[in-house]
Amino acid sequence: MRYLPLTDADRGEMLSVIGAPDVDALFTDVPAAHYLKEPIEGLPLHASEMAVEKHMRRLSKKNLAAADAAFFCGAGAYRHHVPATVDHLIQRGEFLTAYTPYQPEIAQGTLQMLFEFQSQVARLYGCAVANASMYDGSTACWEAVAMAARVTRKKRVVLSGALHPHYAETVRTMAKFTEDEIAGALPTMQGAPDIDGLIARIDEATSCVVVQYPDILGRVYDMTPIAEAAHAKGALLIAVNTEPVALGACRSPGEMGADIVVGEGQSLGVGLQFGGPYLGLFAVRDPKHVRQMPGRLCGETVDAEGKRGFVLTLSTREQHIRREKATSNICTNSGLCALAFTIHLTLLGEKGLRALAAENHRLACVAADRLAEVPGVTVLNDSFFNEFTIVLPTDARAVVRTLAERKVLAGVSLGRLYPGNDDLSGGLIVAVTETSTEEDIATLCSALKEVLA
Amino acid sequence: MNAPNKSGWKPEMTPDTAAAVPTATGNRALMLEEPLIFEIGGSETTGVDLPEPSEGANRLGGMARTEPFGLPGLSEPETVRHYTRLSRQNYAIDLGLFPLGSCTMKHNPRLNEKVARMPGFADVHPLQPVDTVRGALEVINELAHWLIELTGMHGVAMTPKAGAHGELCGILCIRAALEAKGDARKVILVPESAHGTNPATAAFAGYAVEDIPATPEGRVDLEALKARLGPDVAGVMITNPNTCGLFERDMKAISDAVHAAGGYVYCDGANFNAIVGRVRPGDLGVDAMHINLHKTFSTPHGGGGPGSGPVVLSEALAPYGPLPFTARRPDGTVDLIEEENAGEEHPLSFGRMSAFHGQMGMFTRALAYILSHGADGLRQVSGDAVLNANYLLRSLEDVLDAPFAFSGPCMHEALFSDRGFADGLTTLDLAKGMIDEGFHPMTMYFPLVVHGSMLVEPTETESKAGLDQLVVALRSLAERARAGDMSLKNAPIHAPRRRLDETLAARKPVLAWSEPDVPAGHPTRSEQGGS
Repeated sequence: MRYLPLTDADRGEMLSVIGAPDVDALFTDVPAAHYLKEPIEGLPLHASEMAVEKHMRRLSKKNLAAADAAFFCGAGAYRHHVPATVDHLIQRGEFLTAYTPYQPEIAQGTLQMLFEFQSQVARLYGCAVANASMYDGSTACWEAVAMAARVTRKKRVVLSGALHPHYAETVRTMAKFTEDEIAGALPTMQGAPDIDGLIARIDEATSCVVVQYPDILGRVYDMTPIAEAAHAKGALLIAVNTEPVALGACRSPGEMGADIVVGEGQSLGVGLQFGGPYLGLFAVRDPKHVRQMPGRLCGETVDAEGKRGFVLTLSTREQHIRREKATSNICTNSGLCALAFTIHLTLLGEKGLRALAAENHRLACVAADRLAEVPGVTVLNDSFFNEFTIVLPTDARAVVRTLAERKVLAGVSLGRLYPGNDDLSGGLIVAVTETSTEEDIATLCSALKEVLA
Repeated sequence: MNAPNKSGWKPEMTPDTAAAVPTATGNRALMLEEPLIFEIGGSETTGVDLPEPSEGANRLGGMARTEPFGLPGLSEPETVRHYTRLSRQNYAIDLGLFPLGSCTMKHNPRLNEKVARMPGFADVHPLQPVDTVRGALEVINELAHWLIELTGMHGVAMTPKAGAHGELCGILCIRAALEAKGDARKVILVPESAHGTNPATAAFAGYAVEDIPATPEGRVDLEALKARLGPDVAGVMITNPNTCGLFERDMKAISDAVHAAGGYVYCDGANFNAIVGRVRPGDLGVDAMHINLHKTFSTPHGGGGPGSGPVVLSEALAPYGPLPFTARRPDGTVDLIEEENAGEEHPLSFGRMSAFHGQMGMFTRALAYILSHGADGLRQVSGDAVLNANYLLRSLEDVLDAPFAFSGPCMHEALFSDRGFADGLTTLDLAKGMIDEGFHPMTMYFPLVVHGSMLVEPTETESKAGLDQLVVALRSLAERARAGDMSLKNAPIHAPRRRLDETLAARKPVLAWSEPDVPAGHPTRSEQGGS
């Protein structure tokens, strides 16, 4: 077998050093009744590299890749052009095949990268400190809710109706077990989010208010009044961002008073990958909250010769030290996705991020205007970045399926995200990035026109 | 002792006279110092060609970002060089033996990387219509089938994103199953030797955590466990093979006792690599077990993730598993069961643990690895992993104390203690000495049940010649530690950095870069730190 270097001669020599007659004899602690003496029946035997590649290619061909369609899906996962440099660099074996940097003397590459990553995320979010990553945006959102309970010692969580429903579900699932009380809602189908309605739901028992920015329907709005209302009741504002490119054009959540900013970093460097692995971003505005943060933190220090170096730090918050008293049970996070993110953001820099955001917004404006001209289509949003919601006179789920047969992936229907809510079933979230061409937009509009006619 | 390689060739070592000669740059030939991107990049530099933004109207609702936010950019060549230089300061499995116990640092086949990047997997959106992603769903379903068959379990939850997330999934299934019976239990029993994630998970899920005592030979004390079981115990979390590197012989009896007391058995599958293809946890009465795809099934560790932690479930727990999941229909097509259609098919689910459908990029890699090995190859994997570990154990036990070696063969990892080291020398010193010898250190000070523990897991992808080199290095270091060679206190001396001041890092945390605003004559950060 090509991944196993031992030869039969090696095995024989090693067994004689051990003093065992054969490999089975090393498993004497396994009760005989439960020890399998032969390969498990009914499963295929080993296969060549060529055969495995062929099998996997056959499966991959059954999927419609975004590049082969007019593509407008978003709702928490966005297709951006990832420079070839990113994928080349993350495949360097010294990054790809390293472990969590527990031995800092021989892990400065990963540690410095993480320090740079944390610094970039903090600046992007308008925060003081970011951690070294979480699994994804939805689990980062849940961890932020748990952190807010630790900070405020309160248990009532107010979720905005315009928070991604998968994120809301994740919070709801976890809260069943921590016995937090979750107050949720559905999105209001209006041009602007219902901020007054949200503020009215905050009370003295509230630990945190969770909002999304831009929200699930793509709306961009000022979070300052929500932050002020939350703070007045002793609650924290948690801002969730699922599209970091938006922050190249829009004000940061931190500067509007969000206390914890979390999000999905997949847009930069990571790619769609059918939903994972992605990259959870987690930051706090106030440095005094650092010791309540979950996850790994990389910090600067010096070595025995006084040279600058980096280490994982403040680990007394973490499970391998604190065990049942840890701030989170997270261990492995998204190191390699963080590397892809930081390389992509370094390639962009501030200038490139602004230009990328501007191009996304320009194309989204073009798409919104053209779609508004399609009979039967209404554009819901007063404001948006690169994603907005249109309302169709029929169930958008069926329209999306019909358009997919024509290789038009028109977006994500609200019916799929909010099953059982007929009021929302006409809604379709359309995302437009720099990878969508004006020709793609024309294809979408004409296909939609035909289907709705 | 064995020669360090098959041919017997050994590099000549000359006295290191160069170390004292400073260079103007701080570089030393191939060892290049690299500043931070914030120190070399600029706000007007970019490595990506994009159209110049046009000024004018926008629809950002008055929320346009006007202030600079201080993100440095580098050109493409500078970017390549920056990260290439950083990469060279890392140790990695591609460079050498990485015997980090419990972490299963095995070779990462590049076929897996190629497969994961096929556009039909890498360039599909999780919320595309199901008819456009049937192949992706088939991958998930095919991998799920393998995991079920390899573990002898009833079902599998594929969405957990890493081992600890999988633990949470399993414990939530247990809690949901008990609540469905109206049986609110409050305690989870966890052995002292468990991974830190186990007690953290149980506490996170709202349980009180109590220790299970161990026998002197390093296994769960069955009689003590039985005595503690009762109507308040929701379940046990047991690692098998355990973190002392031993198989829990009484696993079936433990499961039977826990079940008889109305509880459930969670098995931490971090060490599944030792038994894959030879023992099915389902046969031992396990109700839930996570499988770290980044350990047993070779998806790369990536400097700390991403992982993937599918959880295999018994018939009793499977109905409570999270959404979404895949189901193969009688006609062979694979469907996605999510909120929209779960009502009829999976009404007892405890809910959703994360957005979307799991770590697809890890599923493709793990499936390619599993198909490459097949049922026969996977059995050889555990055989070679255990053979390599026992070879190390027997090649070292005369110079390193092996507290449980008397009780028989180890599984895939060998456990040593610092007994016999001269006063003043510790496990940390020996581990740092390994760095100078060109190896990644073993897991240190874990499990907690052994003093100064050193947990060595070679994995099956190491050659005998590679193991012999490790033995030469470890024997030399062990002898130095026993003889009181205090020069080990200075190790490592050949790494990119000497020992780092972790106390300073924690006491005065610097967790993000900030522009230096220190006036001339004021001590620099590194001078403060060095004092």
